[in-house]
Amino acid sequence: MAVKKRLNMRKRYELLTRGLAWEPSYQPREKVFPYEDFEGIKITDWDKWEDPFRLTADSYWKYQAEKDKKLYAVMDSFAQNDGFLNVSDASYINALKIFIQGVSPLEYQAHRGFAHLARQFAGEGAQIACQMQSIDELRHIQTQIHTISNYNKYFTGMHDPFHMHDRVWYLSVPKSFMDDARTAGPFEFITSISFSFEYLLTNLLFVPFMSGAAHNGDMSTVTFGFSAQSDESRHMTLGLGIIKFLLEQHEDNVPIVQKWMDKHFWRSYRLLGIVSAMQDYMLTESPLSWKEGWKIYFEDNAGALFNDLSRYGIKMPKFHEVATAEADHLSHQVYSVFYAFSHAAGFQTTVPSAKKMDWLSEKYPDTFDKYYRPRWEMWAEMEKEGKRFFNGGLPLDCQVCQIPMVFTDVVNGNPMKPTHRVSEYKGDKYHTCSDGCRDIFENEPEKYVQALVPPQQIFQGNCGGETIPDVLNWYHFAADDGGEYHGSTDEKNWKKWHGEQSDSGSQEKA
Amino acid sequence: MSKSKTFIIFQDNADARPFIDAVEQDNPDISIDYQPGMVRFENEGELIIRRETVEEIIGREVDLQEIHVHLVSIGGNIEEDDDYIRLVWN
Amino acid sequence: MSVNISKKAIEPIRTNFAYTERRVGKRPATRYQEATYDVQPTCGFHYRPVYDPSRELFDESRTAIVMEDWYAFMDPRQFYYTPYVTTRANQQEVMEKNLSMIEKQELLSTVPEALKQLVRDVVIPLRHVEYAANMNNQHIADQGYGASITGVAAFCGFDHIAMSQYISKLALALDDNEDNGLIAAREAWMDSPDWQPLRALIEEVFVVDDWFETLVAQDIVLDGLLHPLIFGHFMKEVTAKGGIPIAMMTAFMNDWYPETIRWTNHLVKVTAKESDANNALLAEWTKKWVAKAEEALKPVAELAFGDAGAEHLDSVKKELIGRLSKQGLKV
Repeated sequence: MAVKKRLNMRKRYELLTRGLAWEPSYQPREKVFPYEDFEGIKITDWDKWEDPFRLTADSYWKYQAEKDKKLYAVMDSFAQNDGFLNVSDASYINALKIFIQGVSPLEYQAHRGFAHLARQFAGEGAQIACQMQSIDELRHIQTQIHTISNYNKYFTGMHDPFHMHDRVWYLSVPKSFMDDARTAGPFEFITSISFSFEYLLTNLLFVPFMSGAAHNGDMSTVTFGFSAQSDESRHMTLGLGIIKFLLEQHEDNVPIVQKWMDKHFWRSYRLLGIVSAMQDYMLTESPLSWKEGWKIYFEDNAGALFNDLSRYGIKMPKFHEVATAEADHLSHQVYSVFYAFSHAAGFQTTVPSAKKMDWLSEKYPDTFDKYYRPRWEMWAEMEKEGKRFFNGGLPLDCQVCQIPMVFTDVVNGNPMKPTHRVSEYKGDKYHTCSDGCRDIFENEPEKYVQALVPPQQIFQGNCGGETIPDVLNWYHFAADDGGEYHGSTDEKNWKKWHGEQSDSGSQEKA
Repeated sequence: MSKSKTFIIFQDNADARPFIDAVEQDNPDISIDYQPGMVRFENEGELIIRRETVEEIIGREVDLQEIHVHLVSIGGNIEEDDDYIRLVWN
Repeated sequence: MSVNISKKAIEPIRTNFAYTERRVGKRPATRYQEATYDVQPTCGFHYRPVYDPSRELFDESRTAIVMEDWYAFMDPRQFYYTPYVTTRANQQEVMEKNLSMIEKQELLSTVPEALKQLVRDVVIPLRHVEYAANMNNQHIADQGYGASITGVAAFCGFDHIAMSQYISKLALALDDNEDNGLIAAREAWMDSPDWQPLRALIEEVFVVDDWFETLVAQDIVLDGLLHPLIFGHFMKEVTAKGGIPIAMMTAFMNDWYPETIRWTNHLVKVTAKESDANNALLAEWTKKWVAKAEEALKPVAELAFGDAGAEHLDSVKKELIGRLSKQGLKV
């Protein structure tokens, strides 16, 4: 018998996973892979693709099952022990409402998007990486549903997230972001999601925010967050892998990829404006500010990354310096919008506590006391007088990112000057929030004029009726889902559960 | 632009401990940051995890791919081999 | 008596998400139901796909099958991600142990060389078929409508890629970790007349646009003929001729097939019951692809069973048709 050859893991992986694909000869290639060329990307050799992690299907099952066993054990014990009672404060739960309404539905879309790539990419290595990610994304939406399921039994706003996601005004921010990527060609999609979103920016969502959840006693959320992020490490390496692959395949790919990076960096960044508000304002206790997170996970990490990519002629994404300058302002501006419109939202807001404001002053010494504290103090005063401020009108939303126009000219030192921009297309005017969004609009106006911008949709009567209650009803918002946190059902229940309310006796927390 | 830093983040729990300890042992000048629920390592230049080190700590044979169960995030290009996992910027 | 008053005060305000309550009422929904029902977006799409501008991002018209409710089909196995990977992890553990024993005890050395060669010729090229089956399932996961069908297809695709890897492992084991078996199988797949009709058929499935037709062609017809033919009938013969270690290395496929037809059967049943039009269309597709697949598999069956090939193929075909008519399909 022949002496058995020893295979190292690289070689063994290659033999198990490669050589499967073939050049079709009974059908024309362009029918089998119809979307390979239309974006202008040139692939000369899919075999140059290198898998960043060499996970075979059976190892994948093994490690993923192990992860889920741990995760569901935590989830079950959290539910059995009423773990939600141990979070720092019920107001913190509002961040989870945004998560299930705004983020989880994106995971399902990503599942579909990566299935599209797994079918349409002609290289077997890239296909398998994409299909792994496709089912990872199913894992993410499902573990999020199962974690939040327990919270939904005790708190408002989480009862109908998928219905809401398709309709609610502020949820069009994440929805239009993902629709944008999903309606693009396969290479743009992967540049958008795997590189610009996952590689550059998801650390900001899943690392400091989830660590913040742990800090606020929410062991269930931190567990699904970190467990999802462990898949994210694989996804990030796919993101970096695909970019390098495209850049190395053909020099003509470089400007195309750069343009996509610019666009989707800005799209992702705008979306994460919501995360900045969750991080700085909605976590009762924040271990790390948005600005600190931005420094670590964008400035340092992306700096290293683009240093690495510069040899291909790739530059930092356009307007990155605007994003960095805005780090001092972003969370304050976005949370102010949430505050002013929360009567029409599926979560509650409130003026930050004195302790929180001091923390914000400390973390944002150049901006908070100067620009934002006075406004919060004014709103606190109004609330005391029984005139809690809500903006009764409808906002003007950006045609691209769909966030109301709150952003200002921070990068040029004019933080009080709005950066509202107007473009014309076929005789109509379109409004954008910034140079970043205007650029995106003007590069593809035929795409962005299609956007279902919520205030316009409401005016056109496409959202359940003419009055605000009609619209809220159409959203499936219950009367106690939104508004001011003080006096909300959530706050009342929280106090009752913790024996803080005089009329329900003085039971201590179990 | 400052010198490129690689990083790796683990969940902070008992099962992840051998990997955490191995990173500490194999990268002498590494900076360690404990945050709620996680441990973050950051290094100027490369960062390495050796199978041998993990095996010594844990006292059994280890497949380095077990790292997937404990990992939270990484920064850098990854090089995966039977005997080590290395993070590096070019 | 000790009543925990604070516990009593902590009454939930609801038992279900509204989206599951609309489906199952006040009875607590299962994790499978929570993970599946109505999770896919249905309206409010901002942009048309640049690659398919006549349709919305999620669009029921990507198939000619019409369903009032796309969640009328739910996976009888109730697979969401966790039970899926957990079930497969348990199966892979058995496979790993089998392989380890086969290697340690050098069990393959007891298998007659002629039998090994037959397995190389018949089974190893199927890694390409499994690879293609994955692509077809990715097409369903991409284009399908509703989270219950896309989840099932995504998992099914993953199973196929896993099976292509199990077959590759078998090739390496047969050849002491040399890749000559893999290379020879690839050459056969590309050029041998025995395999060309099947390769042509598979390429034809690649270019089917209607995802439900893809599902019929791939998951119901092709798998429904090929898997019982090779991993059922052929492996039985291999086992009888002294090839138990080889059967052990394909044991996953033996478990996989009966498990998979549970959901394909149920899908056929639910879809055919919905309307006569659906039933007729499913029957038309089934007949079309059974006829094509039968032709394409003839040389493979002959390779595996010699003169008895036609008989075996006919037997699995009858079994498939019988099974589908039992689900109410008029074939």
